[in-house]
Amino acid sequence: MSSTLSSPALAGATTSPVHEKVIVRDWKFPVALDFFALVALIIAFAIPRAGVSAFRLSTDSDVLKLAPVMMPTTSTVIVVAILLTVLAVLSHWFVLRGKVGRTPLWLTAVFAILVLFAFLTWAASGHTIQVPGLLIGTLTLSVPLIFGALGGVISERVGVVNVAIEGQLLFGAFSAAIVGTVTHSPFAGLIAAVIAGVLVSFVLAAFSIKYIVDQVIVGVVLNVLVTGLTSFFYAKVLTVDAATLNSPERFAAIDIPVLSQIPLIGPVLFRQTIIVYVMYIAIFAVWFGLFKTRWGLRVRAVGEHPTAADTVGINVKRTRFWTVSLAGAIAGIGGAYYTLDVVGSFNKEMTNGAGFIALAAVIFGRWDPIRATLAGLLFGFATNLQNALSIIGSPVPSEFMLMLPYVVTIFAVAGLVGRVRAPAASGKPYIKS
Amino acid sequence: MTDNQKPVTGAKIASGFAGEPVQSPSGAHANGVDANQVDPIVAAPTEPAPPPAANRIITEILGGNAMISFLAIVLALAIGSVLIAFTNPAVQTSTGYFLSRPGDTFSAIANAIVGAYAALFQGSVYNFERSDFINGIKPLTETLTFATPLIAAGLGVALAFRVGLFNIGGRGQIIIAAACAGWVSWSFPMPYFLHMLVGVLAAVVGGAIWGGLVGLLKARTGAHEVIVTIMLNYVAYYLVSFLLRTPGALQASGSNNPKSPAALDTAIMPNLSNLLSVLFPGAPVGTFRLNFSFVLVILATFLVWYILTRSSLGFRFRVVGQNPNAARVAGIDVNRMYIVALVISGGLVGLAGASQVLGTNTTGFTAGIDGGIGFDAITVALLGRSRPWGVFFSGILFGALKAGGYTMQASQGVPIEIILVVQSVIVLLIAAPPLVRSIFRLPAPGSPVRAARRPGRLTEVVTK
Repeated sequence: MSSTLSSPALAGATTSPVHEKVIVRDWKFPVALDFFALVALIIAFAIPRAGVSAFRLSTDSDVLKLAPVMMPTTSTVIVVAILLTVLAVLSHWFVLRGKVGRTPLWLTAVFAILVLFAFLTWAASGHTIQVPGLLIGTLTLSVPLIFGALGGVISERVGVVNVAIEGQLLFGAFSAAIVGTVTHSPFAGLIAAVIAGVLVSFVLAAFSIKYIVDQVIVGVVLNVLVTGLTSFFYAKVLTVDAATLNSPERFAAIDIPVLSQIPLIGPVLFRQTIIVYVMYIAIFAVWFGLFKTRWGLRVRAVGEHPTAADTVGINVKRTRFWTVSLAGAIAGIGGAYYTLDVVGSFNKEMTNGAGFIALAAVIFGRWDPIRATLAGLLFGFATNLQNALSIIGSPVPSEFMLMLPYVVTIFAVAGLVGRVRAPAASGKPYIKS
Repeated sequence: MTDNQKPVTGAKIASGFAGEPVQSPSGAHANGVDANQVDPIVAAPTEPAPPPAANRIITEILGGNAMISFLAIVLALAIGSVLIAFTNPAVQTSTGYFLSRPGDTFSAIANAIVGAYAALFQGSVYNFERSDFINGIKPLTETLTFATPLIAAGLGVALAFRVGLFNIGGRGQIIIAAACAGWVSWSFPMPYFLHMLVGVLAAVVGGAIWGGLVGLLKARTGAHEVIVTIMLNYVAYYLVSFLLRTPGALQASGSNNPKSPAALDTAIMPNLSNLLSVLFPGAPVGTFRLNFSFVLVILATFLVWYILTRSSLGFRFRVVGQNPNAARVAGIDVNRMYIVALVISGGLVGLAGASQVLGTNTTGFTAGIDGGIGFDAITVALLGRSRPWGVFFSGILFGALKAGGYTMQASQGVPIEIILVVQSVIVLLIAAPPLVRSIFRLPAPGSPVRAARRPGRLTEVVTK
């Protein structure tokens, strides 16, 4: 069966798509907005919750303290639901009359924020929501996701699907814990995490580029391999000698002098450890590198059309190899965040699927570092919201909150939320003819 | 491997189409193609239309030989030995004085490795420390018990592979199937055996729906099945977690734990020991955990073998798997094939869920019921090269590793996770035959050296 059904006749018969220039009126957004507005209206009128929802905006350690915002639950939700309806109608108008035939991005963004606000107000009836805590928790949960997603973005941009993010995070966390403990230096741990991520990438790159094994298979198997290796050594070595091998010194939080005094934002963004500051730089650097430099152009060319890139003299395999290695290095730092910052020691399978959520963030963020970062923040927020709501007694079962990122990703991949297009050569090996 | 998946002749391919009246116009196409195909001289100089890369890779994975599989297993066990020796306390102490008495280190290494693999064998095949045969052979039945769900889920993943699809959603499909089978098993009293069959059917339907959802999304929107299946794993997990802690849904009444009630006795799969004692009264039968689901899995293997190699549906599956572009031209509804394949695939994985809930874990289950089977199934399918009987035997191998792994952990202190390492190394190496060949310095297939040794192939080389 090796070459059955492949002949010149069939090659000619595969028709090339005909390109026509038409205004595509995209009705998916308006319909989705209608749906959310309708749900908001139903909740506002059918399931009203009496009481006052309070939002606390400052922590006790802040210099400038903001007064908590008190909102009467029922009326606030009704007002926001009506606003949402107006926005949904507006989106219909934009699609019908607009020149582009699409819902503008600002409208979707405002809509999303209002939905969130309405939901929080409704859920927090009679309770106080600690907004700074909510945001700090969001960032904490998002950091590994964002590092993983950045690794995923540059890897897929060069044409290698990186399913091994989970393995890179886990191996980074593992190496950071051991090296950080043995050397008593979190910086050495961080470097070890980078090397660990690169090592996983080397295997991914070697198998998918040199031996042309399917990238998804290598990624899946690498995750199993890293899980097996780290769990084996955890059970056999780390638990036996936890004090000398698995208690790394953690990074200390650094206050940025002026910025950390900004109310609400300051404590969230600028009282963090060096890993988080590295993340800010990494987000910018990946965006700048991919879209503003010659290196980025080459990377994207290799990922979109390797043959063309090869024709103009770019070494496709070498570019892919080193870019995938860089992706591993970035994801490895995300792993170090677990053991050198937030948790403080390595646990068996401690990444707990974060790599797969990062992969989802890559797709949801449409292979763009900034959007992928926002997607990572959104997923972190959804998870943390569930934690926050379970404290005040959530009216929505926590499992559904936890399910949300995955459902949203399925919708995104199915093209219901927006058109999603992967780099053209992503997942395809380049075989020079 | 064992099944006859060898070259299908042109005549057979043509008859596959001829047997399909709806496809008759495209049958001509297929015949035309075959005319090229049968004659190697015509086929050789022209460059055939290349199928998408993913399909070519899968074809290559499937096209390897048993030798590579065997060498991959040997290499993986060697890597496992290094891990065992490296972490063994006796080895670590003896390396401390390696220069004065190197013999100690080597004997410690040998002891550690031999001890571990002896435990692996005793836990998975035959325990010589037992006096009678029935108890001695018990580990083998344990191996088959562990292998049962692996084979079922592996068949599902393998069938999807043959259509060019990656079903990474085994976990979600097993969880949903388990919930369906479990729900039937305690909610609807029915006669003995019939109840179990209805439960199995519910599981298969549940898995098929969860798998078919992926197929539907892929066919309708082009959503990549890898991402969708990974996401649906989590959705299924949280959905069933929610149901398991909601009174009136799947939670056992009078309990606060997120755990289901036990299955009714009528729904539990007959145990092999019980079956034997009924069939051979008076014969000594032990207390095996192996149950009726193993019989179902054998039947499923036959079924998949029949579908893939003897039915026109299977033929269309394989054509889509080889080259969807060609399949589309030949008049095959590729999108429909994706849906059908993922429905069947999900149903087979669902069978694994049934074997868990109605076979080995009948006292109620939690959301962790899949126990890693969904992911292991991928490695099982890859090791079995996606052939039904290949999957069957690789499932038994992985079942043996699992059964033996527990013994190894208990008696030798080697963590069970080493099995994950061995499995993943096996699959990595099998997926990269050139790597194994270069390690063992084997000639590449079709290379002049090898062709010269086999005169039958010589003509082919010359024409090229």
